Amino acid sequence: MKHTIPQEEYMERGHMACLGCGGAHAMRYLLKGLGEKTIIALPACCWAVIPGVYPYSCMDIPLQYVAFEVTGAAISGIEAALKAKGKKDGTTVVGWAGDGGTADIGIQALSGAVERGHDVKYVCYDNEAYMNTGIQRSSATPRGAWTTTTPVGSTKAWKQTPKKNIVEIMVAHEIPYTCTASVAYPEDIIRKAVKMKEIEGPCYMQILAPCPTGWKYPPEKTIEIARLATETCIFPIYEVTDGKYKINKRIRDDKKKNIIDYFRTQGRFRKLDETTIQQIQSSVDAEWELLKKKEKCFGEEI
Amino acid sequence: MKMVLSGNEAAAYASMIARAEVIPAYPITPQTKIVEKIADLIADGKFNTQFIKMESEHSAMAAAISASLVGARTFTATSSQGLLLMHEMLHWASGSRTPVVMVNINRAIAPPWNVWADQSDSIAQRDTGWIQFYCESCQEVMDTTIQLYKICEDNDVLLPAMLSEDAFYLSHTSEPVDMPDQDAVDTFLGKFDPPYKLDVENPHSFGSLSMPHQWYMEFRYKIALAMEEARKKIVEVDREYGKIFGRSYGGMLDLYRCDDADIVLVAAGSMSSTIRVVVDELRENGAKVGFARLRVFRPFPAEEFRSLAAKVGTICVLDRSFCFGYEGAFFTEIKAALYGIDNPPLVRGYVIGIGGRDVTRNSLINIINDSNNPEIKGPVDTWVDLKRC
Repeated sequence: MKHTIPQEEYMERGHMACLGCGGAHAMRYLLKGLGEKTIIALPACCWAVIPGVYPYSCMDIPLQYVAFEVTGAAISGIEAALKAKGKKDGTTVVGWAGDGGTADIGIQALSGAVERGHDVKYVCYDNEAYMNTGIQRSSATPRGAWTTTTPVGSTKAWKQTPKKNIVEIMVAHEIPYTCTASVAYPEDIIRKAVKMKEIEGPCYMQILAPCPTGWKYPPEKTIEIARLATETCIFPIYEVTDGKYKINKRIRDDKKKNIIDYFRTQGRFRKLDETTIQQIQSSVDAEWELLKKKEKCFGEEI
Repeated sequence: MKMVLSGNEAAAYASMIARAEVIPAYPITPQTKIVEKIADLIADGKFNTQFIKMESEHSAMAAAISASLVGARTFTATSSQGLLLMHEMLHWASGSRTPVVMVNINRAIAPPWNVWADQSDSIAQRDTGWIQFYCESCQEVMDTTIQLYKICEDNDVLLPAMLSEDAFYLSHTSEPVDMPDQDAVDTFLGKFDPPYKLDVENPHSFGSLSMPHQWYMEFRYKIALAMEEARKKIVEVDREYGKIFGRSYGGMLDLYRCDDADIVLVAAGSMSSTIRVVVDELRENGAKVGFARLRVFRPFPAEEFRSLAAKVGTICVLDRSFCFGYEGAFFTEIKAALYGIDNPPLVRGYVIGIGGRDVTRNSLINIINDSNNPEIKGPVDTWVDLKRC
């Protein structure tokens, strides 16, 4: 029998993630693609807790825990030092941060690192809020979501603004490779991890990592909900290689699900009104059409 | 090799002769000549290093820490606002036990904007777990930068260090500087080889979570112990450097004509040269005046001050910074060091040269005369050369 997912494990049992944590899946699959010669810098985020409490760790690879906003700078330093020591060849340097650590407090260091062209791979596991601190909104929280700092209340005070499109911000840096991925599609994560490892230069990957604790759904639904995010086109799976767009999970128009099907699975969207849902549906549709146009205009020759 | 170098150029050449392997840095006045000179040395093929042109000082320090954890000898330089922006990462450097060496140009803090000499920036980093040196000459900048690698990379120390030089008075003043021979520096420093590294062949985690009942407190205690080791190492390295290279700087506290002094001035940085001239002048007139230059602020030379205090009547402490709500930091700390000794000297504090205001011969003479004023009974902090305001 041929396995579609490598059997090797670099993240062992005994981690401290919540039941059903999308972020735990994301790391496990990423490492299966990247392999053991990987150094990870990780800032404040759920993953600063997940590996375990000193002196224990569930990780088989070197880790540097770094300050919240410095992931991009830390991987720049690691990469430069490996070069100085003649140890860069064959080693993959990875920054692994949550969406707040990427799109908010860490965006400067990330932008700096990729602009300088370091051979680093930055992976954002996107659970769409500050989950480790207790579900506060980040700029990557989608419009309409409840969080503890967008508490809905009696005035419809859910998140009012759209999710920051950090993926396109990274594309605008003209780096060799930018992609999205999802824990619903592990083979796709692994393929993209292998691809990033083979590219010399800065790469960015954003993995949708649903969070049962913060999104308010039963832990066994993580993969199902992640898949719905892609099937409704609110989180499309695509990659941009040297400026060329390619949608990896193509959703046919007749198979495309409504955003309400996704929202109904999660308590964080429970109180959304019909008008807002329709507005979000329109913007999801428009974004999806735009992505398809980008693929057509800036895609690979078919 | 003798060259005419500014303090900044001396720092850049020192990073080269010490073979710094990774230099993440961000430009700020008046530090810019350091990064420019390093860029020139690399562009001319004289300096083989990884120079990362960072997007901020905060990121520069973060990159330096990570590079050091890989096992690379690391150098950076900053000043004032840049040092303040780094503050969080300074704690991270000492907590990670990374021997990053940094040159800081002492510059005033805004607002209002002022790019001239003032030690408030580094004094504000007192509690970050960094070894702190203050230099008097461009030669000392060169020699101390080299010494710092030897001190910090010792496995019993493994702490970061900052060397401060006053804005413009030192950073932009050119003096003849002797750059030591490369082979001699290579032998003196050896290779940086920390016991634990970020290394795929031997994976370790650096900085993971530690609970209150576990090891956090012990990690902090280890930093305290390392500072005590640094105290010994600083004196040893300065002595050894003197034997090999012919120059040393008094270890922790650089004493000048203090042996039979009644009044001793204490200061750090570029005003030291002016003070030496005034001491010589007053000595010629028969006054028993001496000078103790605070070369190292962390670890604090408390024992050295207690020895000094046993022999003198009055200590005048000059602070080129001020801790609002209390006193100048040197003044406070020296008094604390002398608590409980028999027959303590009178200790008086003077705030001087803030924002680069010139520290003149006359200011110093006035301070010495003032310290003899019988009407002043106890310790008082005096702001020197203030305009009416």
